[in-house]
Amino acid sequence: MLYREAGQFKTNYTADMAVFPILQDRIGIAVILGIAAIIIPLFGNDFLLQAVMTPFLVFSLATIGLNLLTGYTGLLSLGSAGFMGVGAYACYKLSTIFPGVNIIVWIIASGFVAAAVGVLFGLPSLRIKGFYLAVATLAAQFFLSWCFIRVPWLFNYNVSGAIEVPTRTLFGVPITGPNAAPVTRYLIVLAIVVAMTWLASNLLRGRFGRMWMAVRDMDIAAELIGIKLLQTKLLAFAVSSFYCGVAGAMMVFLWYGGAEAEVFSINQSFTILFMVIIGGLGSLIGSFFGAALIYILPIILRIVPAELGMPLHAATVEHLTFIIVGALIIIFLIVEPHGLARLWQIGKQKLRVWPFPY
Amino acid sequence: MRKKHLVLGAAVAAFVGAPFAVPSAQAQESVYVPLFTYRTGPFAGSGIPIANGMSDYLNMLTERDGGIGGAKLIVEECETGYDTKKGVECYESVKGKKPVLTNPYSTGITLQLIPTAAVDKIPVLSMAYGLSASADGNLFPWVFNPPATYWDGASVFVKYAAQKEGGFDKLKGKKLGLVHLDAPYGKEPIPLLEALAKEYGFELKLYPVPASEMQNQSSLWLNVRRDRPDWIYLQGWGAMNPTAVKEAAKINFPMNRLVGVWWSGGDDDARPAGDGAKGYSSLDFHAVGTDFPVIKDIQKYVVDKGKSQVQKEKVGENLYNRGVVNSMLIAEAIRTAQQITGKKAVTGEDVRRGLEQLNISDARLKEMGATGFVSPIRTSCTDHNGHHKVYVAEWNGQKWVKASDWMEPMKDKVRPLIEAAAKAYAESNTGWPKRTEPCDKSS
Repeated sequence: MLYREAGQFKTNYTADMAVFPILQDRIGIAVILGIAAIIIPLFGNDFLLQAVMTPFLVFSLATIGLNLLTGYTGLLSLGSAGFMGVGAYACYKLSTIFPGVNIIVWIIASGFVAAAVGVLFGLPSLRIKGFYLAVATLAAQFFLSWCFIRVPWLFNYNVSGAIEVPTRTLFGVPITGPNAAPVTRYLIVLAIVVAMTWLASNLLRGRFGRMWMAVRDMDIAAELIGIKLLQTKLLAFAVSSFYCGVAGAMMVFLWYGGAEAEVFSINQSFTILFMVIIGGLGSLIGSFFGAALIYILPIILRIVPAELGMPLHAATVEHLTFIIVGALIIIFLIVEPHGLARLWQIGKQKLRVWPFPY
Repeated sequence: MRKKHLVLGAAVAAFVGAPFAVPSAQAQESVYVPLFTYRTGPFAGSGIPIANGMSDYLNMLTERDGGIGGAKLIVEECETGYDTKKGVECYESVKGKKPVLTNPYSTGITLQLIPTAAVDKIPVLSMAYGLSASADGNLFPWVFNPPATYWDGASVFVKYAAQKEGGFDKLKGKKLGLVHLDAPYGKEPIPLLEALAKEYGFELKLYPVPASEMQNQSSLWLNVRRDRPDWIYLQGWGAMNPTAVKEAAKINFPMNRLVGVWWSGGDDDARPAGDGAKGYSSLDFHAVGTDFPVIKDIQKYVVDKGKSQVQKEKVGENLYNRGVVNSMLIAEAIRTAQQITGKKAVTGEDVRRGLEQLNISDARLKEMGATGFVSPIRTSCTDHNGHHKVYVAEWNGQKWVKASDWMEPMKDKVRPLIEAAAKAYAESNTGWPKRTEPCDKSS
């Protein structure tokens, strides 16, 4: 009824090829951005900003990163946490060696370091695929975790082996370290995530994205039509690791405020892979859905019993949360094996033809 | 129809949104103490007894005395699963309720909270864990880690080994091994042991256990068998401990020469190895068992009334009692803060002063019904730890028994290391704030 494109005529190719061709979608995205950029910072408390929204955005970005590789190029990777770690440690090293440079520059720059490492570990992808590649990236994950523990230069020979985030400012306002207000950190994370999502969406609709998808769908056919596999796959690894690296740097600098190597363990890689799978392989909006389902849902579930005044022990709530989230994941995947993004697609299609479904 | 949906939607939105709105004011004359615990996850085996001990002691104070010094105690557990992410989430969710202190109960979470403690004015009590360097009160006015640091522990281990060998000069040429978790926590004793190795002429052998290989240590213990160290110090946690004890028993390592740090001394760490674990030793800074008036009170007021989650026979176990000690420190800090400020509902800033002036003397221990339960604990503005005495406990196959006297750590060796480490920490964090909090005159 409301969601119908009848009467919206496209008179040129640009309008027809737009990311959001339907007016309602454009309004929707504007409303979401408005809520994220104005309503939440104005009315949310520290808990919402610091423990819910910031982590959600960081995970969304990491999920987009892995989705570019796994969802769009068809290369399965279990090293995303390792690449996030590279970003975090690179940002830490860069900002302690050159404290004068603005931290946002270093957060972005550390993405490039992660990209370089990603290319290195992406080399085997030319010869192996599927589960075998997963094992090769698993090696990357273990090797990088090992480095974070064993190379003291990375954490500046700190006795505790952890990295701590120094206070850095932007226009005189602290944006990292303990003095940074959660709302400042949230806004910076939001800006970076929005900008990089926009970049990713453009990248995917352009030549590179189409090359990746061609490789994913059938690499021999892609090669036959003139796509160079080596460059394409390595580029996918580079861009994916760039996204993961920036997410990792933001995770430590704008969310945690300090980290030990354990943060970037294999479990983190699996979490991100699950976010990709549940959100939907090969979908940007699915990355956000996946991150929300896996990260935010347990938080809401934990709050519910306390709000209802149920006298449950903290541990019982935790067990219940595990059970409910696990069950929901299975239910979602039974209802729609292609993830939440597909569910969203179907919902939109149903809305368009309502009330006369065919 | 649609209206109904709208109302329902609004109700759901309000319900879900409520926790994210600005928190309501706290009731008068009460003190809010959040306990970060982990009863789930891979470390739950160690986490559950500690959580029980912590909440049972505070609940006992509520049941017996109605709180602390006339202020009501509001105790709330937050489940961290020993996961840094969830720990930070816990911290954010309790921050608005004005907690008087936090107990992160994980080195990872402690590291997150150290820089924020001074900003949010919430002191961190990391009892005998966390960052050893935070014992330096000049640089870490908001962080407390009594009664002893890992470096104190390692120095007592060397002292104990020297005692058994017949003097420090007999340590020369001996091999001392360190089986440790390959993480910041496990690596902590290395610098001190290296310094002592140089001084006393023993050889230090390191056996790191990667976190992913905690339950698969056979190859490591083959190396131990090859090297034949004379003594082994175990700095492990969670599933790593029982595995190490079992493996040591399997290669017939003399168990009374295997000494664990206090976090390796759970009853469930030694029990799975059966008779083979007899003689396994562990450092400890509090007594085990229920023969203390304070534990009897917990049984009487809390456990027997069914107000605890603990199994009755587990009261008095090593890690349970450790939880009790942790809560004693919390309660004494609040009490001291009340004495200093003269008000009942103390704040985080007051409790910081209380923690700094902590003086649990023998007389006070007697009042608390805990004579002999812990050694007297005292902190000061510069020394947030106290470097108190610990003893060696031995597993007799059934329970832990005291196997040595209370031994003083080598404070002269530990303190310079702490000050150097604290300085390095502050230097690497450019702009680390200088201490501005005034020091109270000790009473």
